[in-house]
Amino acid sequence: MTEQARAAAPGPQSSGAASHSHGSQRAATAGVPMSGAQALIRALEESGVDTIFGYPGGAILPAYDPLLDSTRIRHILVRHEQGAGHAATGYAQATGKVGVCMATSGPGATNLVTPIADAHMDSVPMVAITGQVASGSIGTDAFQEADICGITMPITKHNFLVTRPEDIARTIAEAFHIASTGRPGPVLVDVAKDAMQAATTFRWPVDLDLPGYRPVSKPHAKQIREAARMIAEAKRPVLYVGGGVLKARATAQLRVLAELTGAPIVTTLMARGAFPDSHPLHLGMPGMHGTVAAVTALQKSDLIVALGARFDDRVTGKLSSFAPEAKVVHADIDPAEISKNRVADVPIVGDCAEVITDLATAVRAEHAAGRVGDYAAWWAQLDGWRTKYPLGYETIKGALAPQYVIERIGKIAGPEAIYATGVGQHQMWAAQFINYELPGTFLNSGGAGTMGYAVPAAMGAKVGRPDATVWAIDGDGCFQMTNQELATCAINDIPIKVAVINNGTLGMVRQWQTLFYNQRYSNTDLAGGPGVTLAGTVSRRIPDFVKLADAYGCVGLRCESPDQVDATIEKAMSINDAPVVVDFVVHQDAMVWPMVPAGLSNDEILAARGMRPAFDGVDDE
Amino acid sequence: MSIPSHASAGHPPQAHSGQTHTLSVLVENKPGVLARVSALFSRRGFNIESLAVGPTEYAEISRITLVVNVADHPLEQVTKQLNKLVNVLKIVELESGASVHRELILVKVRADAAERHQVLATVEPFGARVVDVSVDSLVVEATGDSAKLEAMLRVLEPFGVKELVQSGMVAIGRGPRSITDRTLRSVERAA
Repeated sequence: MTEQARAAAPGPQSSGAASHSHGSQRAATAGVPMSGAQALIRALEESGVDTIFGYPGGAILPAYDPLLDSTRIRHILVRHEQGAGHAATGYAQATGKVGVCMATSGPGATNLVTPIADAHMDSVPMVAITGQVASGSIGTDAFQEADICGITMPITKHNFLVTRPEDIARTIAEAFHIASTGRPGPVLVDVAKDAMQAATTFRWPVDLDLPGYRPVSKPHAKQIREAARMIAEAKRPVLYVGGGVLKARATAQLRVLAELTGAPIVTTLMARGAFPDSHPLHLGMPGMHGTVAAVTALQKSDLIVALGARFDDRVTGKLSSFAPEAKVVHADIDPAEISKNRVADVPIVGDCAEVITDLATAVRAEHAAGRVGDYAAWWAQLDGWRTKYPLGYETIKGALAPQYVIERIGKIAGPEAIYATGVGQHQMWAAQFINYELPGTFLNSGGAGTMGYAVPAAMGAKVGRPDATVWAIDGDGCFQMTNQELATCAINDIPIKVAVINNGTLGMVRQWQTLFYNQRYSNTDLAGGPGVTLAGTVSRRIPDFVKLADAYGCVGLRCESPDQVDATIEKAMSINDAPVVVDFVVHQDAMVWPMVPAGLSNDEILAARGMRPAFDGVDDE
Repeated sequence: MSIPSHASAGHPPQAHSGQTHTLSVLVENKPGVLARVSALFSRRGFNIESLAVGPTEYAEISRITLVVNVADHPLEQVTKQLNKLVNVLKIVELESGASVHRELILVKVRADAAERHQVLATVEPFGARVVDVSVDSLVVEATGDSAKLEAMLRVLEPFGVKELVQSGMVAIGRGPRSITDRTLRSVERAA
């Protein structure tokens, strides 16, 4: 996140008392008569909304009428509600602000289910507004009726059904408060059509009525001191940094703490960019496709300091054998995450910005008392693993390696650019081979693993950060799930760049079929027969992504050999008046390494196919 | 969520390795709150053994009494997850020694005129009452903890139980302290 974006963030971003007046700095509005729909749009404006991604329909129609007159809200008409949801997520992830999407009842609302679930898994602040059939028709199987509150109950932080016009403004304020405070998440507000049509009186600010919502942000001093003492005493500590550090905007504080302790850092998939990849304390990403150094550092550590991370199965591997010698300090704003998967020795409930700041103060106090952690022997081991098992990939003569394409995009677009990915091999390579230096520059669907995230998320990010170059790094499978949003980008002047890493197959599934299913490639071939060959020659292209880009009013480019890669990327970088789609035709046998096969211990990490690192040191102690 | 069947009423299932816990959950009296609470249990993989919901002395607060059979660690996890529900105000575990637990049972027993007095004599030690009489049946009402109601059912079975219905457990702490009044104060502060 840039300073600009931070300054632009609306509303209270730190959690506070559940009840307080909620509103912008503008003067209070006392008792203006208007329709429920007008109150809805006014409440969104007063909540600081500048962009809504949405799609109209019968039940939400009343809201779209005053929206036409709003000078403060830009509504972007998507081509599918799923695109609106992921765009809201991309916007939120890139700016730190609450992303907003809007849809009508029934199928409009159910098309938001996937992005809402996605935002829930990745703790993205989002408010989804849906129209609902008139309150008198609820429960009658009316046309385009769906119980979207019931459907989204397990995948929202909270949801509301509003049937009275006088409740609209307060509910919107509550939705933004819940979405953006504590552990962020999606909140759905389902508004009955008749509530929007009825007359009401608009007042702002409003008092929130959330007696059961009291997120804790201030950590306990005693726990902080205990954590600092353990950091000083540890021989093999690791700072295990998760997405919570980005959500808390605590990256500057994290850097202070890291440099103060000198402890190694790993950043999870959700935390890429929370700590500079170029920093010598950074060991990279842990987990199933993490670096050997990061995975092994956690595995052999004697102290894990988890900051806004949740010990996800993709990070821990087989939980019972994860980091067997480590004590755990676990800081998270969500008490339910602490000791959920791995029991914490020192639980700390609090906002990561406050936790890390306090922890740094406590570590300084330890240092002042002469207790400074000595990790020299640990670093000797870590550096050994880092040197011996760097990230790398094989190249095949004459063929285009997908990793090379992604690496070059990262180099040429640089750390100021924003990268949004789909899910699969290309996502892992984008996490591995692009160097992230800044927060909010790597957007992906981490928890849910939603194919099709990249294009709409990149669109949302570009709207929120028009100054930034935004690349969608997508697979040809993912791209075909949501590429209709290219039309939205072209029409609304949202010049994103899309790199389709086109191997003609569902690469990650194919990789598992190669490794675990005797190379029986059941239903993973997208090219429909021998499409993309190893040599990069193509017998047919269905669809032809260059033609598709052209059809959508985008610039389509194609690159099929390594020597064209830089020139093609630079060409794409030079076009800023239209979205660009680059069809990178890559070979399909590339695999993501390292890998901890699912269900196995992280001790079983393979640096490359059939290659288990030989670890020395810790085991012999 | 399973409602205890006749055969298992009062018997905590032994399949779980944990123990029975009684939770009093104070919630906002709003539509859909019970669904949020019960759905949370099922999606997190916990079985509710008994559930009772009703009003409290404050119109804006409802009270859900839940009986769950889990070990301590998962109990902590489910309590934390419950606390995250925006409509949940407070969760208190009621330990059996320090609280009173009651269920209500209505049993329709086969009994003709000749057997009627025998049935009455049988249920009398349980403090049960007969609340309906017909030519060949009686409806017996009893309250108590699970063990007592189960014992009463055992002695009624030889007569022939035609139908029974049992409430979820409700529970309240012993002594002068109230778990609702402090909650209400916080609700008022927030409002």
